[in-house]
Amino acid sequence: MFYRENGQFKSTYRSDQQIFPIRQDRWFMGALLVAAFVGVPALASEYWLQAILIPFLILALAAIGLNVLVGYCGQISIGSGAFMAVGAYAAWNFGVRLDLPLVVQILLGGVFATLAGVVFGVPSLRIRGLYLAVTTLAAQFFMDWAFLRIPYFTNYSTSGNVSVPALDFFGLPVVTPVQKYLFVLCFVAVIGVLTKNLVRGAIGRQWMAIRDMDVAAAVIGIRPVYAKLTAFAVSSFIIGVAGALWAYVHLGSWEPLAFDLNRSLQLLFIIIIGGLGSVIGSFFGAAFMVLVPVLLTNVPHALGLSLPVDVAAHIEHMVFGFLIVFFLIVEPHGLARLWSIAKEKLRIWPFPH
Amino acid sequence: MGFFLETVIGGLMSGMLYALVALGFVLIFKASGVFNFAQGAMVLIAALAMARLSGWIDGWLGGQSLWLANLLAFALSAAFMWLIAVLVERWVLRHLVNQEATTLLMATIGISYFLDGIGQILFGSSVYSIDVGMPKDPVIILDSMFEGGVLVSLEDLTAAVVAAVLVAALAFFFQYTTVGRALRAVADDHQAAQSVGIPLNRIWVVVWTVAGLVALVTGIVWGSKFGVQFTLSTAALRALPVVILGGLTSVPGAIVGGLIIGVGEKLSEVYLGPFVGGGIEIWFAYVLALVFLLFRPQGLFGEKIIDRV
Repeated sequence: MFYRENGQFKSTYRSDQQIFPIRQDRWFMGALLVAAFVGVPALASEYWLQAILIPFLILALAAIGLNVLVGYCGQISIGSGAFMAVGAYAAWNFGVRLDLPLVVQILLGGVFATLAGVVFGVPSLRIRGLYLAVTTLAAQFFMDWAFLRIPYFTNYSTSGNVSVPALDFFGLPVVTPVQKYLFVLCFVAVIGVLTKNLVRGAIGRQWMAIRDMDVAAAVIGIRPVYAKLTAFAVSSFIIGVAGALWAYVHLGSWEPLAFDLNRSLQLLFIIIIGGLGSVIGSFFGAAFMVLVPVLLTNVPHALGLSLPVDVAAHIEHMVFGFLIVFFLIVEPHGLARLWSIAKEKLRIWPFPH
Repeated sequence: MGFFLETVIGGLMSGMLYALVALGFVLIFKASGVFNFAQGAMVLIAALAMARLSGWIDGWLGGQSLWLANLLAFALSAAFMWLIAVLVERWVLRHLVNQEATTLLMATIGISYFLDGIGQILFGSSVYSIDVGMPKDPVIILDSMFEGGVLVSLEDLTAAVVAAVLVAALAFFFQYTTVGRALRAVADDHQAAQSVGIPLNRIWVVVWTVAGLVALVTGIVWGSKFGVQFTLSTAALRALPVVILGGLTSVPGAIVGGLIIGVGEKLSEVYLGPFVGGGIEIWFAYVLALVFLLFRPQGLFGEKIIDRV
């Protein structure tokens, strides 16, 4: 009843091509931003910020990055954890060795992840599909090994464990959960909007053409080399920034294991459950990924069952596997598809015909 | 020279083990187009079942005959793998027909999480041993030709022989039995196979069962070598480069790929490892596969990929 576009005429190309063409969507996004920037810091408890919202935002950011590559450009990657690691360690090295400002460190982490991404993206020009998916594992295992075995990257720390000092944003402290949350939220909001615009633009269309059929795309004049490598570059940059944020803001001190294969698989889950080729889906998927384990640990507790720790962990594994298969069967196009169905229904509600 | 040969032989034998796991991948991919990430979890759950069941049955028989206990446990574990195959087909694959390869891949990752969890709940999560009487002592061969001879582990040799026998049996099964012929038909073209009356669902159960049996044999061989524990499920990760190197659709490819990767890994670890700090086995296999793929994107023996617009 309220979600109508009646009377919203588009008389200029500009208004026809804007990011949210429906007025109610613009209001909704505005309200969402206000809620995220003002409402959440005022209301959320420390536990919620630290254990749920901050990981949620960072994982959503990494998922947006992976979605550019897998969802929009169709190049399956199981090595995204490696690029998170490159982002984190590059940023950390710039911090330790050159003492650059925090934001510069994190962005440089992204730049180095971009370089690594382009290098490991080169095989995609020849190798395709599942073969490519497996070769991206080369990046994963190589980076795991490099950060574990090459002492330069961890500044000769004996345990291989590195940590960051107290963070500050050009003099403003980023220490309390609220400050950390806002810091991450700024990155997510800016990169989210940029990505959304990128995928709506010329380059995004080229990616999608490559995804749908790369030979056909090449025939109509899209350069596969350029399109694929830019997808790898943009994707790895975002993933690298997310990795740096994950290490700096969420973990504080970390070891290479924080970015192992399980992290890569987790990101892949997020975008598949959230919806391939959808920015908003990355957020849904990340929310799912963060909330399900919290629920799984709390439900037996609430029911008054006390399970041994290892059995609980195995059950969590099982339920998680089950949920993934369940979601894939019920809605293979992900939560984003449910969202768009809901919007369609809302447009004609309460008169379905 | 003796040392070099020793390394190569060691590599060939561990290559046969990789080939075993790779075989499971290839079988399922050929028949159903599913890239089965759960193969490692299947190896783990099969090995756990075998280890625990043989222990329990041995206790129940009063420890008289380990041989009989192992045989019974093997039969029960095989039945268990068949059950898994039926359930996977009934509850998962049947609902995901005609989905994209990525979706299917993710579904098998979900399955592998599930199997990891349930296997360890059912059978426990400590380290178990499997004793099927594999010879443990190494022997020295060719000592007339080289000084000191070449040291060969009999255990590895047995494993390699088992793998070779299994491969021969599978080749026979595919080539000469009715079911095998149906499998090849399905692999060739799902729709055409269905239209001449081959029941797809039953074929999938057969394929997953065969892959489960391959996983069981792999689990027994790896398990008696390294002990049955959670790390067995990473066997799949070691076998992935083998699969893509050989070609996703080729059984001989899995064998040749396994041998190349096995030898490559061992040689790199021995001759390259000391210069870069060791532990390079795992990524070296992937990089080796990647380099091969740059020249042949469909793997060594894979079907040529032809693009039509």
